[in-house]
Amino acid sequence: MIVDKINTEDMFLYYSSKMALNNISIKIPEKKVTAFIGPSGCGKSTFLRSLNRMNDLIDGVKIEGKVIIDNINIYDKNIDVVTLRKKVGMVFQKSNPFAKSIYENVAYGPKINGIKDKSQLDEIVEMALKNAAIWDEVKDRLGDSALGLSGGQQQRLCIARTLAVNPEIVLMDEPASALDPLSTAKIEELIVQLKENYTIVIVTHNMQQAARISDNTAFFYLGELIEYDRTKKIFTNPDKKQTEDYITGRFG
Amino acid sequence: MTKEPSKAPTSGKLTAASSEPVRFDITRKKFRIADYVAEKIIKGVAFLSITIIVLIFFFVFREAFPIFSISKEIKKSTTENVVQDVQETYGEVTDQPAKEENQETYGAVTDSSQVQEQYGVQTNDTASIEDASDKAYTVSAGSGFDDNQSAIKTLLTKDWVPVSDKPRYGILALIVGTFKITLISLLFAAPIAILAALYTAVFANRKMKEIIKPTIELLAGFPSVVIGFFALMVMATFLQEIFHYETRLNSFVGGIAMGIAAIPIIFTITEDALTAVPKSFYEASLAIGASKWQTAFFVILPAATPGIFAAILLGIGRVFGETMIALMATGNAAQMDLNPFTSVRTLAATIGAEMAEVVFGDTHYNVLFLIGSLLFIFTFIINAIAEFYVKGKLMKRIQGK
Repeated sequence: MIVDKINTEDMFLYYSSKMALNNISIKIPEKKVTAFIGPSGCGKSTFLRSLNRMNDLIDGVKIEGKVIIDNINIYDKNIDVVTLRKKVGMVFQKSNPFAKSIYENVAYGPKINGIKDKSQLDEIVEMALKNAAIWDEVKDRLGDSALGLSGGQQQRLCIARTLAVNPEIVLMDEPASALDPLSTAKIEELIVQLKENYTIVIVTHNMQQAARISDNTAFFYLGELIEYDRTKKIFTNPDKKQTEDYITGRFG
Repeated sequence: MTKEPSKAPTSGKLTAASSEPVRFDITRKKFRIADYVAEKIIKGVAFLSITIIVLIFFFVFREAFPIFSISKEIKKSTTENVVQDVQETYGEVTDQPAKEENQETYGAVTDSSQVQEQYGVQTNDTASIEDASDKAYTVSAGSGFDDNQSAIKTLLTKDWVPVSDKPRYGILALIVGTFKITLISLLFAAPIAILAALYTAVFANRKMKEIIKPTIELLAGFPSVVIGFFALMVMATFLQEIFHYETRLNSFVGGIAMGIAAIPIIFTITEDALTAVPKSFYEASLAIGASKWQTAFFVILPAATPGIFAAILLGIGRVFGETMIALMATGNAAQMDLNPFTSVRTLAATIGAEMAEVVFGDTHYNVLFLIGSLLFIFTFIINAIAEFYVKGKLMKRIQGK
């Protein structure tokens, strides 16, 4: 049975007075990979960031409507945003490991959650690195600076860092856009594995990527959700002409 | 022979091209006079500034050098200088009989600059001059006393008594005093400045930031004499009422006052370093459920360590060379202990306080320049540590190279 993990209802988002998202209503199922596609500036990243309230960091953002995760509207007044972000983790477009060792990068999340026991931390770090499919590459140099890793490794480390706090939802904002094809393949493989335990929402510019890894695909254009359906349907037989044009490369 | 025909067309083509007006002639180097002059001027200015620094360095060391020289020639020339100096002084200061008497004194005392130095201090009172010359006799008769050598011997003691029958130039108390006051001011200034910078860089909204930063930076240009005066008149009394210590002006008061002078410097550079931390660190930390404070303390602050380190070292440099506040607020007594509530005398303040009463070419004069050299060397060491530590260790750790 498919459970809806995230459910937005009539959601609008404004940057100052400019409307960036126009009436988005979408149901994102649990433990599936949902991909957002669309041309640059169409609002898909903005929408992704509003799912764990990262947009709060930007001045002048105003949101109307509801974003419901597990039956709770996360834009309610007394929501604890810090705890929300533990539940809804995020991986960014540009890999952004901290200027710390590999170990410290992954252990940071558990540590701020109050885990002090060294053996327990070791266990979590190993688990997270294994889940992010990078353990074999870094297990001998956990004490080295994370900034010495390659781009693809850094991105997988960032995924491991997100997994280490054991979220339920992982948001990924073009996680492979800055990587070479080999690293991209590894990340994609990883995403498919991760959906067993996590609900994954991914923004991508690469339509083949969306086709390869996602279960559902949403097409955004100019701040509106044009079409949302099973990935197979979107890529083979879309309902809307705009979607078809975009997928076949006639615009965007 | 096969080469000839292949060459000919090329040259033919070249001549053909040059007969027509050429739009981009890249075959000849042009001499650009404006570029040349600008480059030379900039180069000249750069080297001039370096030269000036080197010359100052050289001069300060040269003036400090005679203390260590025990070779007779230098000693002799120093003595001659001294004699001339003293005679000049006397000409101005006293009446004829006194002058004669002192010239006699000089005939007898071969090498006693401390006498002449004392003369510098005690002005046109003839009686006291006679007094002093009497003492000079006894000293010279007693030991055949070598000025420079005795100065070196006393250099590593803690008694700083440069104006006396038996001058002692123990700079140990001055060094300890300087370090003590530097430590106190840093313990006061660094936490305040760094926390203020952290607030400004991470927590304050844009409007607040635009108010706070220029305001604190304004304080950096505040004349230290004003801070010193404030410390001397207001702060010293106020702090004494709180802490009930014995001496009103002491290293604690001086340290706090110097800390006030150092705060803007540490603040500005720390703030810049914190702002330079990539925003992605901040986002990444928040995205895994860290609070703002956790992010600030465990991610942003560590990432800015090299900059903060540099800021603190610049603060040290400021405190180290600070003269006016030291003169006004520290009590200026060369005591050597680790009690923060006793008076101290710093290296810089010693030069500031005694430059007016020292006689040119005298041992005391040389020792003051030695102190100047020490300040130079300490500053140099601090900068070197900053350079090597920041570039070598911290950068390696943080950038993973």
